[in-house]
Amino acid sequence: MGKVVVVTSGKGGVGKTTSTAALGAALAQTGKRVVLIDFDVGLRNLDLVLGAERRVVFDLINVTQGVAKLSQALIRDKRVDTLFLLPASQTRDKDALTEEGVESVIASLADKFDYVLCDSPAGIERGAQLAMRYADEAVIVTNPEVSSVRDSDRIIGLLDSRTLKAERGESMPKHILLTRYDSARAARGEMLSIEDVLEILSTPLLGIIPESEGVLRSSNVGSPVTLNEPTNSAAKAYVDAARRLMGEDVPMVLPVDRRGLFDRLFGRRAA
Amino acid sequence: MSLMNLFKKRTSAPVARDRLQVLLAYERNSRNQPDLVAVLREEILAVITKHVQVEDDDVSVTMDRGQTVSTLEIDVTIRNPAMAAA
Repeated sequence: MGKVVVVTSGKGGVGKTTSTAALGAALAQTGKRVVLIDFDVGLRNLDLVLGAERRVVFDLINVTQGVAKLSQALIRDKRVDTLFLLPASQTRDKDALTEEGVESVIASLADKFDYVLCDSPAGIERGAQLAMRYADEAVIVTNPEVSSVRDSDRIIGLLDSRTLKAERGESMPKHILLTRYDSARAARGEMLSIEDVLEILSTPLLGIIPESEGVLRSSNVGSPVTLNEPTNSAAKAYVDAARRLMGEDVPMVLPVDRRGLFDRLFGRRAA
Repeated sequence: MSLMNLFKKRTSAPVARDRLQVLLAYERNSRNQPDLVAVLREEILAVITKHVQVEDDDVSVTMDRGQTVSTLEIDVTIRNPAMAAA
């Protein structure tokens, strides 16, 4: 049985989809069979970030309603052949997703794959709750910023009450993935530090993804940053986070981009 | 800004941390609980209307949560019918 991981946050725009793509690609590169499910019905974007937007034929709702077989809806990545995508529907209403439908799709995927990553929509409504409902573990994507931390706290509350695991009285393993972290600003006291965020949320850390221009460059061209710019600081941080998700003990270092003496002296921002 | 302020570094991250800690301590406690202020407002109004005639709009209840103490402010406007008639 594969592991079902929900990537969630509450707040929108913190990097759930980017992180799902980058973590998924990093896991798949180790040879693990990985499937990414986009739960953002009506606002799908995981296909675009993965560069698979022109290959979508069937989607999650088609599968749950029996219109298409799971094998017909899965899109295999062209770069990493153990990476697959199950896209969300762009035209259907999000109410078309049922608990039973999602449960059966996740069960059959967990049977065939090592990792099932569920990319949650923003918010705490039905779509987000369905994305987390059948998860074995949760990755909470958080920016070092007050509204994101508050929403993460709310999502942690839901993970501990509204998931199948929680209802069975089991504990849900949760990890914080801190994204868009700027260590220089944190050092100047202008940004919540890693310690601040972890203390407030009292949840262990999966990784620290530094703010990096490579992330936008990669989504521009439709490739996860871990594949598109493997030497980039954010890509390295995602690879480390993926290894920790697999249970490896990887020391938590903040990857930084190489900067020349001039940049360092004059405090130029790294690419 | 005085010259001293230039040397005394005032940073915003500790403010963010403190605000979040106060807010989340409250929000975690009040999860799955009825809105306290709304309940108080309704019950206070019921008690007051037993003795004096007040309209629904005449009672305002506000709360200010602090780190160590919170204040609950109840403001009741009682109209004077004699004056209103005059």
